[in-house]
Amino acid sequence: MSRLGFDIAHLLAGLLVLISFLQLYQDRLYALLNIFALHALVLALSVAWQAFIQDAPHLYVTAALALAFKAIIIPVVLHRIIVRLGIHREIEQVVGVGPVMLAGIGLVALSMVVMLRVTQQADPLAREDLAFALAVVLLGLLMMVTRRNAVSQVVGFMSLENGLVLAATGAKGMPLVVEISVAFSILIAFIVIGIFLFRIRERFDTVDLQALDRFRGERR
Amino acid sequence: MRFDALAAVLLIPACASVLLALLPGYRITARLNVLATFAAFMSAISLFAVRPQPGSYLLVDNLNSTFIVLTTFVGFTTSVFSASYIGYELESGKLTSRSVRFYHAMYQVLMFAMNLALVANNIGVMWVAIELATLTTVMMVGIYRTHEALEAAWKYFILGSVGIALALFGTILVYMAARPVVGEGFDAMVWTTLVDRAGSFDPALLNVAFVFLLLGYGTKVGLAPLHAWLPDAHAEGPTPISAVLSGLLLNVALYALLRFKMLLAVNPAALAPGPLMVTLGLISLVFAAFMLYRRRDIKRMFAYSSIEHMGIITFAFGMGGPLANFAGLLHMTMHSLTKSAIFFAVGHVAQIKGTQRIADMGGLTETNPVLGWGLILGVIAIAGMPPLGIFMSEFLVVSSTFARSPALAIVLVFGLLVGVGGLFMRLNAVAFGEPRGPTAKSKASYVPLFSHLALVLMAGVYMPPALVAWFESVAKLLG
Repeated sequence: MSRLGFDIAHLLAGLLVLISFLQLYQDRLYALLNIFALHALVLALSVAWQAFIQDAPHLYVTAALALAFKAIIIPVVLHRIIVRLGIHREIEQVVGVGPVMLAGIGLVALSMVVMLRVTQQADPLAREDLAFALAVVLLGLLMMVTRRNAVSQVVGFMSLENGLVLAATGAKGMPLVVEISVAFSILIAFIVIGIFLFRIRERFDTVDLQALDRFRGERR
Repeated sequence: MRFDALAAVLLIPACASVLLALLPGYRITARLNVLATFAAFMSAISLFAVRPQPGSYLLVDNLNSTFIVLTTFVGFTTSVFSASYIGYELESGKLTSRSVRFYHAMYQVLMFAMNLALVANNIGVMWVAIELATLTTVMMVGIYRTHEALEAAWKYFILGSVGIALALFGTILVYMAARPVVGEGFDAMVWTTLVDRAGSFDPALLNVAFVFLLLGYGTKVGLAPLHAWLPDAHAEGPTPISAVLSGLLLNVALYALLRFKMLLAVNPAALAPGPLMVTLGLISLVFAAFMLYRRRDIKRMFAYSSIEHMGIITFAFGMGGPLANFAGLLHMTMHSLTKSAIFFAVGHVAQIKGTQRIADMGGLTETNPVLGWGLILGVIAIAGMPPLGIFMSEFLVVSSTFARSPALAIVLVFGLLVGVGGLFMRLNAVAFGEPRGPTAKSKASYVPLFSHLALVLMAGVYMPPALVAWFESVAKLLG
């Protein structure tokens, strides 16, 4: 049982990393949002599995939150937003797929090396979970820096948060306070972002951050 | 029921924010805002007299009561300044009465979040509170809805949340390190428990955790090279928010860092956090000092000056030891008071002139002598000239560093001198010479500005022995 439990947890966490890679090279917003929904779905499964093997029923709440908010509500709302903004057909210039993928592989290797080395005394399940979680976090960061469009930056940020949830649930017995706060913070963050996107749309007819960046630095 | 000062510090701003969100009318809400912050300040002072026992959620010790009193005091004076500032913005039509209502509610939420971050005894709660403070300031920075304000808010939001995400990862790692020793569950996130048992934590895990925490909370402190959000957020938001950001929120993030530094200090096998903080502090100081020379926007310039001073403070705490910690604490207090005073003056100046461009200001001492001399006094103070308080604290930082590692002290002094040059060059253009731009009289209230400056002057000339003893006890606590 414990062997199987470990393998499935391992599989789900590994899938998350893989889906993070898929996100990296999506250049259509629609496809990106679908992949993100998948990311959140796998996260929900992984958290639910952790709840089962750790015998920690409160984690089911976190899993349900991940499923409801991140896999369903947020992608649906974002779909609507990009249709309303009229950018759903746009193709986004991704900064060279090759270099980004290479950088991603480098980051995953880095997180494995760092986390596996420092957590030698921790139990193997938490250990590998943490290494995968760090990889997801770093890939989310990478996505945020390589994207120019506000919507895909937000998606990058949310997949980064998914990595954090994975880490928090992998740490056995971590108090509920944190999980709920993570869920809430995503919700709040989403509201904030939503408001922002609408205002940006209102004012400048674009959500392209390059347009925003024109005013960077000193006003002359 | 007995009066619970700790609950009051949290509940007053929380209730006030709800009330302010519901009440219409600028006059009532501005007064209520002042009243609420004053009440919070009074209850914070009473924490000195009655010290509640540390619980599993909240904790009051010498370290954080110093921070709380400073936060609530500057919060109070800023609300007085904000009343006249926001009144003007309302008259000139830059803000609508709805956005003012929103602003006041957010101001109280921010005060609540900062107080919660300071009294939290649980590293998870502390993280939540700092995240909440970040989100409220993001909304306030974007309140003018101009192109620049939205860009600044967006940048702040993205960089702030990346920082906060890294900090959460660090927090999780600390829990992982604590779990084998303390046991599963709630206790492994209670700071007082952690610090008691940290000696037997796995040092490798603690080290990695601290690196994440340093990068995460360091972004919020505004340490270079993670500072990119700070100048924009200061320049584009309403000036009272610039004052609170510089004077308080940066301190709160630094406080979180100090708590974790104390945790690492207990474990002899863990890496020494000092050198990391010293390096980041020095980089921030020197970098920001050079950046001062090319500023054209007055609020942006003082934002860079904040980076410079946060660098000095981080450096001092990184050096550690009773003397350097004492100097760091003193410098932090003096910087909060002085920088918010400067922003009070700058806010009124920018309103009179209708711009923040330094080139469009001039001859302030002729046209608005009180405001002009107030600003000069503030800049003299922040530049570290005797006999003001910052001179004292900078002198202590430099002399304690010279005694221990002269090479670092030379870099420090170099950065300080470069910074002074940049500030005075700009000050000259703003304060003296031909008057430029509109010269209307300001209806400002000068009380917050000059009360801060008086305190800074007093600290430079004569520090009451009780205060010195207090700071010494806190410095000892920091190790």
